[in-house]
Amino acid sequence: MRTRPRPCYLQGVSGSSLEQPLTSHASRTLLDAVWDAHTVRELPNGDTQLFIGLHLIHEVTSPQAFSMLRDMGLRVRHPERTFATVDHIIPTKSQQRPLADELAEAMMTELEKNCRDQQIRFFDPGRGEQGIVHVIGPELGLTQPGMTIACGDSHTSTHGAFGAVALGIGTSQVRDVLATQCLSLARPKLRRIEVTGKLTPGVYAKDVILHIIGRLGVKGGIGFAYEYGGPVIEAMTLEERMTVCNMSIEGGARCGYVSPDETTFAYLRGRELAPKGEAMQRAVAWWRSIASSRDAHYADRVEIDGAAIPPTVTFGINPGQSIGIGARIPRPEDLPADERASLEEALAYMDLRAGAPIEGTAIDVAFIGSCTNGRISDLREAARVAATGRVAPGVKALVVPGSQAVARAAEAEGLPEIFRAAGFEWREAGCSMCLAMNPDKLVGRQLCASSSNRNFKGRQGSPSGRTLLMSPVMVAAAALRGRVTDARELL
Amino acid sequence: MSARRERIAGRACVLRGDDIDTDRIIPARYLRAITFEGLGEHAFEDDRRQAKGNHSLDDARFAGARILVVGNNFGCGSSREHAPQALMRSGFEAFVGASFAEIFAGNCTALGLPCLTLAPQDLSKLMDAVDLDPAQEVVVDVAGRRVTCRAGAFAAGVPEGTWRQLVEGSWNNTAVLLEAGAAIEATAARLPYLQGFAPDS
Repeated sequence: MRTRPRPCYLQGVSGSSLEQPLTSHASRTLLDAVWDAHTVRELPNGDTQLFIGLHLIHEVTSPQAFSMLRDMGLRVRHPERTFATVDHIIPTKSQQRPLADELAEAMMTELEKNCRDQQIRFFDPGRGEQGIVHVIGPELGLTQPGMTIACGDSHTSTHGAFGAVALGIGTSQVRDVLATQCLSLARPKLRRIEVTGKLTPGVYAKDVILHIIGRLGVKGGIGFAYEYGGPVIEAMTLEERMTVCNMSIEGGARCGYVSPDETTFAYLRGRELAPKGEAMQRAVAWWRSIASSRDAHYADRVEIDGAAIPPTVTFGINPGQSIGIGARIPRPEDLPADERASLEEALAYMDLRAGAPIEGTAIDVAFIGSCTNGRISDLREAARVAATGRVAPGVKALVVPGSQAVARAAEAEGLPEIFRAAGFEWREAGCSMCLAMNPDKLVGRQLCASSSNRNFKGRQGSPSGRTLLMSPVMVAAAALRGRVTDARELL
Repeated sequence: MSARRERIAGRACVLRGDDIDTDRIIPARYLRAITFEGLGEHAFEDDRRQAKGNHSLDDARFAGARILVVGNNFGCGSSREHAPQALMRSGFEAFVGASFAEIFAGNCTALGLPCLTLAPQDLSKLMDAVDLDPAQEVVVDVAGRRVTCRAGAFAAGVPEGTWRQLVEGSWNNTAVLLEAGAAIEATAARLPYLQGFAPDS
């Protein structure tokens, strides 16, 4: 006989005999609902011991954690809630084993060994399951609303698109999760970011998040989780919401999410690891119950007019230094005193002129891919632009699918042919040139139009390389014209 | 229990500038390894090369510094623990700044490295004082939430939970989290998605 009480999300609020009811209260945010449901206890220091429902690991930030675990004589506490992939170091030209790069091969071998020893499921490239950790979790249906998710990677915030509390962590915290399936955390404050109205044609999720970060700043989110909502976010597909949530960390927020809705449930139906049949119906009932209520209280609220967001491009060395495609690069004297030094440093590094338009800036490399914009809808939109011309002479253009499943979907639609015919290279799945821990790197002072998430100094592999962040269609347009272009002219 | 981190005293190094990201602290090419060994010698490698000897970490006046004084949003970007590991392995034991990116600060706490924040005007006084007289002793009094140099004693901020972990020596979280024992699985048992959304699980 089962003795545990019937889960209260299937009962009325009053029928619950659980210690911590899971039903939505009259006025509660998703952050609070998920946090409370996963609270193991309050720690002696006042922080929360939070249960982590899904732990994703990859080859860069996990090997040291496994070593620490071995040193402590511990095993992985919940290997069935831990999933692994290889993404940062994997080459995108040939993934034949052993990998040509010995260091990469050693890292991949170590991950495979750790997964074998600890009985963790490894999404193996050899079986067509591999991809960027933040692409495969969602596409497999592993990422679900109401979960706490942790990964040793700052872009874990991506999974917030489903209404999960998804946290990027460091290696010592990876060790904590491996050993205890828990993290010690202080509950962040919550800021509601309401994007009102309707986007204009040719404006994408990437433009929305670059605009938000430009407005709130790269440190504006410190101490906060971001909840995105409003008509523009509600109208977005799940993949678009992932692009927005992905870059929450670039705004300084601890995590970012969108409350689950019909779009979320429709995306999950039929996915390999999502609930099926009646279990799915009960899942949807629970997911609805944890969504933020309309009258929920927030520590802060920001409203952004969606109709006023232009295609947006960065010009500097952090993702907050951006302007609309038709705007001019700011002059130090136009900014508050405390932002001038950063702008001057950015302009010196980027070799761009204050007061000059960003449109027309010549590029050397175009990169379409990454956990921000390497999904099938991104490639589809970029292909629409690619189909209108040829990559400009002298420009190296790469398209890197976010996962092997994305690559197969693209192949089924004939996208690689479109890209190749236009002069783009079509590669295999991985993080590629977003962070250049693999052979895909900028050389010297090259300037790259990139659909990735960071324009930091040296980020794309050359210590003096330069990055302009923009949407995939804007990257495709820049590739064809050889200079930064308003993609709306080509759509 | 881990070691208490109540007070760090010694020379300081001033590194000006806001939004210094972890890619700059340790370039990604040095993450291509399965240990943290040897990271210390590559801290800020590309910035230092580009500064051609004019980087604070190459400034002889700051040699032997145990405290790194930084600006706003230090450690933003990638969650790589390699960043505080590299700084720790190059001799830094505490950070004082205007603000810290949260994952970076969390990684520092997990290594027992305090990150204290100062009000902008106090930070500016500390930076100027250390720049003028780098040989002076700077005291990061974690327990007393105060940073002291010749220019004065400044009230410093540190989140309450972090403060207790540092001064009590409970910053190695694994041991603390394990103490919850069966309460961990009891929490899991209440989560519908871990029961397969069974009707009566």
